[in-house]
Amino acid sequence: MLSDGVIIAERLTKRFHPGGAPAVDGISFAVPRGATVALLGGNGAGKTTTISMLLGLLLPSGGRITVLGHDMARDRWAVLPRMNFSSPYVDLPHRLTVRENLAVYARLYGVRGRRQRIAELAEMLDLTGFLDRPSGKLSAGQKIRVALAKALVNAPELLLLDEPTASLDPDTGDWVRGMLERYRAERGATILLASHNMDEVERLSDHVLMLKAGKIVDQGSPDHLIAKYGRTDLEEVFLDIARSRGALGQAAQ
Amino acid sequence: MSGTLATPAVLRGSAVGRIGAVMLRHLYILRGSMPRLIELMYWPTVQMVVWGLISESLAPSMNWQAQAAGVLISAVLLWDLLFRAQLGMSISFLEEMWSRNLGHLFVSPLRPWEWVASLMAMSLIRTLLGVVPAALLAILLYRWNIFSLGLPLLAFFVNLIVTGWAIALVVLALILRYGMGAEGLAWAIVFAISPISAIYYPVSVLPSWLQWVALALPPAHVFEGMRGLLHGQGFAMGHFLAAIGLNLFWLGLGSATFIWGFHIARDRGSLLQQGE
Repeated sequence: MLSDGVIIAERLTKRFHPGGAPAVDGISFAVPRGATVALLGGNGAGKTTTISMLLGLLLPSGGRITVLGHDMARDRWAVLPRMNFSSPYVDLPHRLTVRENLAVYARLYGVRGRRQRIAELAEMLDLTGFLDRPSGKLSAGQKIRVALAKALVNAPELLLLDEPTASLDPDTGDWVRGMLERYRAERGATILLASHNMDEVERLSDHVLMLKAGKIVDQGSPDHLIAKYGRTDLEEVFLDIARSRGALGQAAQ
Repeated sequence: MSGTLATPAVLRGSAVGRIGAVMLRHLYILRGSMPRLIELMYWPTVQMVVWGLISESLAPSMNWQAQAAGVLISAVLLWDLLFRAQLGMSISFLEEMWSRNLGHLFVSPLRPWEWVASLMAMSLIRTLLGVVPAALLAILLYRWNIFSLGLPLLAFFVNLIVTGWAIALVVLALILRYGMGAEGLAWAIVFAISPISAIYYPVSVLPSWLQWVALALPPAHVFEGMRGLLHGQGFAMGHFLAAIGLNLFWLGLGSATFIWGFHIARDRGSLLQQGE
C-alpha cells in the first residue's frame, strides 16, 4: 500500500521538545489516488500536526513524506501548485474583499483566466452576493465557503482539509460535504481531511486513520471499523478509542 | 455544481507573478485605506518641518560648515529613508501576521525569497510614498531641494534602503522566532543605531572606540559622504564603496538570520499558528 499513493508518509514523527512526548509518533500511511481519507482523533491526537507536515509548513523530526511522487523535504515546490489546503484556523487577509483575496491566490498559483475562474468559484460556491465585501466582515459560514474557494482556485489534484465544516450550521455543513463529494468525483481529486464530525467522516471517507497520542491506533473503512468494534456508528467507535487506556487499538497498527 | 468547478486550472506560475501577487495583496490594502496612506506621509513630513525650523533658528549662530545649505534637512530626509525602508518591510510582514495569513502563503508555490523580494518592493513603495512628499514640501517651506544633490543622492538612497532591508530581515527573523511579543522591534530596533550613524554630527564627535563601531555600519559612511558633498568637498568615493561593501555584508547577515528564523518557525509550526 505504501508504494502506491498520492500521499505516502513513512515513519513520520514530530517532537516539539527534545525528550518530550512526540506529537506524531512514527506513523506510516498512504492515500491512494482519488480516495478520501480521514484523520480522526481527539484534541491533541496529532491530526493538524500531521497535515502541517504534509503541507511542508512544519518540519518533521523524522520520517519521510512523498506527495504526488515528490519528496517533500527536497522538492516541495514542484508539488505545491498541484495541491491546496483549507483550515478554519488560518485566515485570509480580513481587509481584502473576497474577490481581491481570490485574485491574489489565483496569481500565486499561476492560474490563467483568473477572472473566469473566480466567477466560476463564486457561482458554484454561492459567493456572488458578497464578492466585494471585506473577508473579515463575513459570517462563519461565508468564511468557510470563501476558504474553500481559495482551496479550489487551482483545481488541486490533492486537497488537504482541516475541519472543513467546523462552526457551520447543519444545512451549510451538508451543502459543503455535497460540494466536496462532487468535486472529488468530477476532478478525480484526492482528499485528506481531519475532522471531529463523525457523520462527515462516515459520509465522505473511504478510509479512516484513527489517531491517538500521535499514533495510528486503528484504521479501515468506516463500515469496517463500525463492524470491528461492534458499534452502530463511527462516533461510538471514536469514543471507545478515545476512552481506552492504551490497550485498545495499540496493536491494530 | 457544473463541471467547471473541477476543471483543471491552467497553471503558469512564475517568480515574478508570485512576487506581484503578494505586492498586489498589500497594494489592495493601501488603496483601500486613506488613513494608512496619510500615516505613511505624516511622520516624514513632521520630522522635516521640525528639523527645518531648528535649522533656520540655529543658522545665525552656526559656523560655516554647519550652515551648509540643507545639512539638517538632508540628514533628516535621508535618515527617514532608512527608517521607512526598514519599517515598510516590517509592516508588510506584520500585516501577514496580524491577518494570520502565513499558513496560506506558504502552502502556495510562493518561495521564501520571493516573499522577501515582495516585502522589499513594498518597502520601496511605502518609503517613496512617505519621503517624496516631505522632500517636495522642503522645497516649498525652506527652499531646499534635496534632488539637487543629483546622482550622489541615488547612491545615498540605494545604500540606506539596503541597510533598512538588512535590519528588517533581522526583525522578521526575531518575530518568526519569538512571536508577536517581538513586534515592538519593528518600530524600535533602528533607533539603536541612530546615535552611531553620524546623522546630525560627524563620526569624529564619537569616542574613538565607538568610531570604529560607527564605521562598521553603512549609514555612517552615507552621512559622512552627504556632509562632504554639501560642504563642497565633492562625492566621497571611499565612503561610497565602504557603504556598498558593508551593506553586502549586513544584507548577507540579515538574510542568514531570516533563514534561521524561518527554519525555526517551520520547526515549531508557528507559520500555521502565528497571529494576534
